[in-house]
Amino acid sequence: MAVYKKTYRPYDGPLTPSWSRFLVIRRYAFEDLRRSSFLTVFYLASFLYPVIAALILWVEHNASALKLLNLEGATRLITIDSGFFMTVLGWQSMLGLFLAAFIGPGQISPDLSNNALSLYLARPFSRAEYVLGKLSVLLMLLSLMTWVPGLLLFGLQGYLEGWSWVTDHGRIISGLFFGAWIWILVIALLALALSAWVKWKPAAGALLFGIFFVASGFGGAINAVEDTKWGYLLNVSNLVGSVWVALFDGNDPTNTGAVFFRVAPGREIPVWCCLAVLLLLGLASLAMLARKIRGVEVVR
Amino acid sequence: MDPVIELNGLEVRFGGRPILKKLNASLTGRSIGLLGPNGAGKSTLLNTLLGFHRPSGGTARVFGRDIRTHAREVRGWIGYMPENDAFIASMSGVRFVRLMAELAGLPAEQALERAHEAFFYVGLGEVRYRALGTYSLGMKQSAKLAQAIAHGPKLLFLDEPTNGLDPPARGRMIQLIQEIRDRGDLRLILSSHLLRDVEDCCDQVLILKDGNIAAHCDLEEERRSNRRFLELETRGASNGCFLEALERLGCETAQGAQGRLKLVMPEGLEIRRLYELAAQQQIQIRRMNHKRDSLEDIFLKAMEAADGRL
Repeated sequence: MAVYKKTYRPYDGPLTPSWSRFLVIRRYAFEDLRRSSFLTVFYLASFLYPVIAALILWVEHNASALKLLNLEGATRLITIDSGFFMTVLGWQSMLGLFLAAFIGPGQISPDLSNNALSLYLARPFSRAEYVLGKLSVLLMLLSLMTWVPGLLLFGLQGYLEGWSWVTDHGRIISGLFFGAWIWILVIALLALALSAWVKWKPAAGALLFGIFFVASGFGGAINAVEDTKWGYLLNVSNLVGSVWVALFDGNDPTNTGAVFFRVAPGREIPVWCCLAVLLLLGLASLAMLARKIRGVEVVR
Repeated sequence: MDPVIELNGLEVRFGGRPILKKLNASLTGRSIGLLGPNGAGKSTLLNTLLGFHRPSGGTARVFGRDIRTHAREVRGWIGYMPENDAFIASMSGVRFVRLMAELAGLPAEQALERAHEAFFYVGLGEVRYRALGTYSLGMKQSAKLAQAIAHGPKLLFLDEPTNGLDPPARGRMIQLIQEIRDRGDLRLILSSHLLRDVEDCCDQVLILKDGNIAAHCDLEEERRSNRRFLELETRGASNGCFLEALERLGCETAQGAQGRLKLVMPEGLEIRRLYELAAQQQIQIRRMNHKRDSLEDIFLKAMEAADGRL
């Protein structure tokens, strides 16, 4: 019907499947994010390190490139092992934290400050789908920054080095994938929870950094005063770093972890403790979201 | 007519405090008014039907579907215009309405088309690309109506739709609601504390007071009976003969001072017949009024009842 025929008419056309409604939220969020040129430049720049790592892998296996660099006699330029991939993951994950602090707070707080949740949830659309829609924005962007380039680099190295290298270093695949997902889920849930509770976006972003850096400083102070290692339980990057080391190297670690996520030698916390604290952090974030994501807020 | 909403002992508590107290009613009207003073529980009832509050007792059905077990299906039928400002200020009007239509299940192309239509329909066609935050209060109310109807709901919840509107804007809003009602494609529930809004738009009314149903009546029936109730002011010869003649026609009559008469006409009797009778009796009918303000009477009676019940 043409818009000039100003009348109301019912809708009797097809409907989209209900499972796909959360994708609407994600699509609109991406449209909003694309408008930020700063974000676009930052996101593109975040792939610089994986590109450099890919170049290193290529040079490492290219005799003419080595000759050009006068390194034809060198047996290896660098060692390509779990430490190499953990460093890639560490860099990318830290950039992911900046990204989450930049875009996370803008996901839920505008809907809350504008009372728009009552309209979202008055439709055949649940609170879980709303959170999933918002979460999927962060999950997708952070995945493209972390485990996707990590696995592509692994694939490149496997292609250049041969199948035997792949089978010898198969653990790196699960380390990259699951290690990245643990980090992604922790920062994405935290960013959304803070977005739901702190309506001022810069404050929510600052608070996310605060949880990582101030809490780790506080944990360090506890360690120093009490002469203990349990203060590291407050250091989220340390917890994740411990889990990464276990995922990449198992019970026989060959290094102390990724850059920014390094675990102090001899002061490691049991991996199950690290996982338990990270799980608690995730559950606390979900509880914070459940408390705030409601059609109407009841003032008792 | 099939019931739109059935309330079966519906009870809602916030922190142990009862807000809706075992409501029982069957609402069948084409347009139903929820009336009551602030805090009576009107918005809580709408929010409960939308699934925002979980009933602590009893249940409710919308078009026969239990809101506890079929909440998603029920919400798929509803268009909701909330009382407070509810939109994303930085979004353009048409983009926001499109988003809401897509969340209701419309494919993106149809959602966009209907968002444009809805904006033209509510009279905001020219400003549909402006950010919602720049709209005036009246425009915001209309935009809220647009998002409520864009996906073609079967049932429309309007919570205080004329809040804060000046008289011309209120008139336009009421006219829009009446147009939507008269098309007959959907049923509407209008929650308001303004008698006039409910009287102008609704054919059935549920009056709430302190979480109880204080009155539930069919306004259309009231209007029909009011049309038969007349107050006359007469001049001329003795009213006695005129009264007798009226009673012979089947009217119930009562005589007041200074030529005033009250009468209830039987079904089928035309008003023209009264004038003919008055002319025969050489009586001048100087003034003739239908009984008015029936809703106000009902409302005041409901509010006066000490326990909130009639």
